[in-house]
Amino acid sequence: MMSGVYGYFPGCSLKGTGVAYEESLLALFRALHLGLAELEDWNCCGATSYMSIDERDAFSLSARNLTMTQKAGHRDLIAPCSACYLALRKTQDYLDRYPKIAGGNGSLTSIRAVRVRHPLEVLYTDVGVERIRKTVARHWHGGRVACYYGCQTVRPYSEVDRDHDPVRMDELLGAAEIPTVDYSLKTKCCGGSLTGTTHDVGVRLVYILLKEAARKGAEAIVTVCPLCQYNLDAYQSEIRRSSGERLDMPVLYFTQVLGWALGAEIESLGLARAISGRKRIAQWFQPAEKEAYV
Amino acid sequence: MSERETVRIGVYVCHCGTNIAATVDVKSLAEYAGLLPNVVLSRDYKYMCSDPGQDLIRQDIRDRQLNRIVVASCSPHLHEHTFRTALKVGGLNPFYFHMVNIREQASWVHENRAQATRKAKNLVSAAVQRVAFHQPLERGRVAIQPDVLIVGGGIAGIHAALTLANAGKHVFLVEREATIGGHMARFDKTFPTLDCAACILTPKMSAVRAHPNITLWTYSEVTKVDGYVGNYKVTVLRQPRYVDEDLCSGCLECIEACVYKQAKVPDDFNLGLSKRRPIYIPFPQAVPQVPVVDPETCIQFKSGKCKTTCIAACGDRHAINLRMEPKEERIEVGTVILATGFQTFDAHRVPYYGYGKYPNVYTALEVERLVNASGPTAGEVVLRDGRRPEAVGIVHCVGSRDENTHRWCSRVCCMYSLKLAHLIKEHTGAEIFNFYIDMRTPGKGFEEFYQKLLTERVHFIRGRVAEVTDWALDPTEEGKLVIRVEDTLAGFVRRIPVDMVVLATGLEPRTDAPEVRRLFNISCASEGFFLERHPKLAPVNTFTDGIFLAGCCQGPKDIPDTVAQAGAAAAEALALIDAGYLETEPNTAHVEEEKCCGCKTCISMCPYHAVAFVDEIHKSRVNEVLCKGCGTCVAACPSGAIRQNLFEDDEIFAEIEGVFSNA
Amino acid sequence: MPEPFEPKIVAFFCNWCTYLAADLAGTSRIKYCPNAEVVRVMCSGRVDVQFVLKAFAKGADGVLIGGCHPGDCHYQEGNYKALRRYRLLRRLIRQMGIEDERLRLEWISAAEGDRVRAVINDMVETLKRLGPLQKSEEERAHLLEVA
Repeated sequence: MMSGVYGYFPGCSLKGTGVAYEESLLALFRALHLGLAELEDWNCCGATSYMSIDERDAFSLSARNLTMTQKAGHRDLIAPCSACYLALRKTQDYLDRYPKIAGGNGSLTSIRAVRVRHPLEVLYTDVGVERIRKTVARHWHGGRVACYYGCQTVRPYSEVDRDHDPVRMDELLGAAEIPTVDYSLKTKCCGGSLTGTTHDVGVRLVYILLKEAARKGAEAIVTVCPLCQYNLDAYQSEIRRSSGERLDMPVLYFTQVLGWALGAEIESLGLARAISGRKRIAQWFQPAEKEAYV
Repeated sequence: MSERETVRIGVYVCHCGTNIAATVDVKSLAEYAGLLPNVVLSRDYKYMCSDPGQDLIRQDIRDRQLNRIVVASCSPHLHEHTFRTALKVGGLNPFYFHMVNIREQASWVHENRAQATRKAKNLVSAAVQRVAFHQPLERGRVAIQPDVLIVGGGIAGIHAALTLANAGKHVFLVEREATIGGHMARFDKTFPTLDCAACILTPKMSAVRAHPNITLWTYSEVTKVDGYVGNYKVTVLRQPRYVDEDLCSGCLECIEACVYKQAKVPDDFNLGLSKRRPIYIPFPQAVPQVPVVDPETCIQFKSGKCKTTCIAACGDRHAINLRMEPKEERIEVGTVILATGFQTFDAHRVPYYGYGKYPNVYTALEVERLVNASGPTAGEVVLRDGRRPEAVGIVHCVGSRDENTHRWCSRVCCMYSLKLAHLIKEHTGAEIFNFYIDMRTPGKGFEEFYQKLLTERVHFIRGRVAEVTDWALDPTEEGKLVIRVEDTLAGFVRRIPVDMVVLATGLEPRTDAPEVRRLFNISCASEGFFLERHPKLAPVNTFTDGIFLAGCCQGPKDIPDTVAQAGAAAAEALALIDAGYLETEPNTAHVEEEKCCGCKTCISMCPYHAVAFVDEIHKSRVNEVLCKGCGTCVAACPSGAIRQNLFEDDEIFAEIEGVFSNA
Repeated sequence: MPEPFEPKIVAFFCNWCTYLAADLAGTSRIKYCPNAEVVRVMCSGRVDVQFVLKAFAKGADGVLIGGCHPGDCHYQEGNYKALRRYRLLRRLIRQMGIEDERLRLEWISAAEGDRVRAVINDMVETLKRLGPLQKSEEERAHLLEVA
């Protein structure tokens, strides 16, 4: 699907707290001349919550989205939010393995033909590291970053990247001249919804991730998931109050840093929406003095 | 007996205790059989394969003039031979017998009694109809070539070779590496006695070298196996070591003299932990004590511009010959023992344990080399940077007992992990942690060894290690490797910071096991180890007569069991050789020349070239010695001129008909 | 109440692979449908076209041939010959009005006890769906003649 148009499923978070992800994704795809067509009348995917409550109904939510994708004529559906990605993929997988779930609904077999994809994998496979290297328009002058993959993109399916030691984000950023650190916690859970439900547990997980990134020499964390981004971004002042440690670490989307490196308009990257590390973000994301405009 | 003589069949239904009788109604089956055509008597009995069971058959043949026997019991693979012998003793040709499998293929696999019994009735009826057509047959005899081929020169191959050689048989011992000794040559001490491995192995290695009855070919591989059971024609390819074994005196001065003053090539024997020169000997006690030149790294081979100081050092012995060519040897042997051993599980496959990423994560075999006084660090157990570890974690079951890698238990790892815990503690005084699932110490002296370890203040944590990470939660963990594990006995997740991690990697079949087994026409089991004829009663035999298994190529095991199995394989080979002949199955094909129209369809069917065309009479003829009895030519013949003993068309048609008796 | 249709399968298993696999299923106590009755041959290459036709003529609803995986035949190539014959035979029975799904060739190695269960159970299901092989006396006689 190199020159074609991808179907695009934003999900609820990319229209809400994760809107910077959508903004930077669209900007990045524009810079790469790739088309994204938002699915009309998409519905919530149910994320992890619904799957735990009623699997069958949760599958129906995703099945509807996938059927509409098929009807719109898209072969690929990009779902940037990790939970959306997993909900859609899981639905397909279960329908494949247990056809009886379709309940005799023959039309549901068509949704297996849709390829549910994550933008990280699309950039790696369809665009490729080499093209990124050649398209660099701005040379990174910020610090080193820790690539944080979170858990849902790499488990249980290894299509986006390897499950234990994913490297694709590091490679893409490396091609864009952005130095990364060896981050051992790159697939450790950020707490997900726990920051809302069992707050102390969730915040502790966030603290561990931030601290280890800093210990490894990272000055920012780059992530692929809106909930991870929110968790790591939003509680830093609370952590500072309770632990006494100052961790003013920018938490960015990979689409924001790549978008910047490939020459997208800075205003379109949603950088103003960041909560923590704003000073560093301001320093790093100015256009460099000698900027090459492609 | 002519076909016109009245057929008198005796049918015997076995209970096999409750194995058959619990599911198949054996009484009604015997009754049913008694009413079938040509059946003179029908009995049921608890254990047909027992002496009294066989006696029944023998008696009945005499008393009731039976001339056909059907036994419905277990698989013919188990007892066909037993019953055929019973017929013979009873005075009847053993091939007037047919066996019905109502155990492995009926009572053990079906639950409904009525259905299982009905199936059994059909199968018995099929057998009764078939056996009426059986003809008397004689087994052929094939002389066995007395020489033996042993493939693999580890402890299994060595022990088998010595046993056979001492019995006066001539043995070809073929080993792929430049030296014999196998994995055991790399070990430091062996459990549970902590005997030095080299001390117990090297005398056997020397004995092999010195024995007049053993032809030792190292750096060699079997490339082709032709011929047939009892008469194998084997081609062995001998790779050139570039040093003539007959001329070399083993002084090793050539290695000292090599232009490489510093060794640069990763040393395979020390698993890459040290370096060697392009001319080298795998280890000091290698047998044969002859160096090898590695053409990939030797300057003379790569550029032709070396001073060849090695040749100069060799002086007037002239043992180094850089123009040596590979050589093919052709040998004839009667029996083969496969002792090709195992390989260790590749720890890269479990990246969450950090092997290859963190320098101080080692495999157990690498640590064996560290701990060994003649190893790369002269017996010092040190980290990559030369420091002594203060804490060491030993992770059990790496690549074993794991659905993600291998399901089986590799049997030796608990014991060698205990051994390494002891040795590392002895060498370094470090805190040692063993992380285990179960402690498997079944052998003689093994449990006592474990108890001793418990008194040595080694820590044992029961839990499967989740990961080895460099993530430091507080300053005390900085620079350490943290082992994260659920301590299942204490009930919480622990973080154990250590300096060195040792992975107890499991045993797996060698990557080329499928190729090797095809060479010899045996099978592999589902995990990839060679398949034995019967897991309990025939662990060294294969389904091909004359080919035996010894050691870990058949399944993971420790040294005592390997040696025992090697002795058993040698004994089996000896039994065959001393008997002097092998009996061949009579299910060969033959041509009814009147019916043969000379179309030659059969000729191309046979992979053994057992069917030849006789030009003078314009007909095909089968060489019964070469024929292996597959029956492919029989099915292909358009005239029905080729027939197969024991699998005649009539016999099989009768069986097919009989299967519908109760339909 | 008429008994539900239980298809009858005649299975020709090669001695070295499939028959051993069936034995392994037995020693592992794996349970499967009792609809198949096994005729043992040394090699799948021994299975004559006539055997298959006779089985159908005598009342089999399905015929299963089991051999070693390609490359693994105990007699080197017998299974390849079985494969060629099977392909031709499948077309032949179609011409006789027998659905070609009723004839099946499977490669089952000595280690694959569970596959024996899977194949037989699957074949029973297929045959239940196809129904019994209806053959009039005349058609049966014709089949026997050809066989």
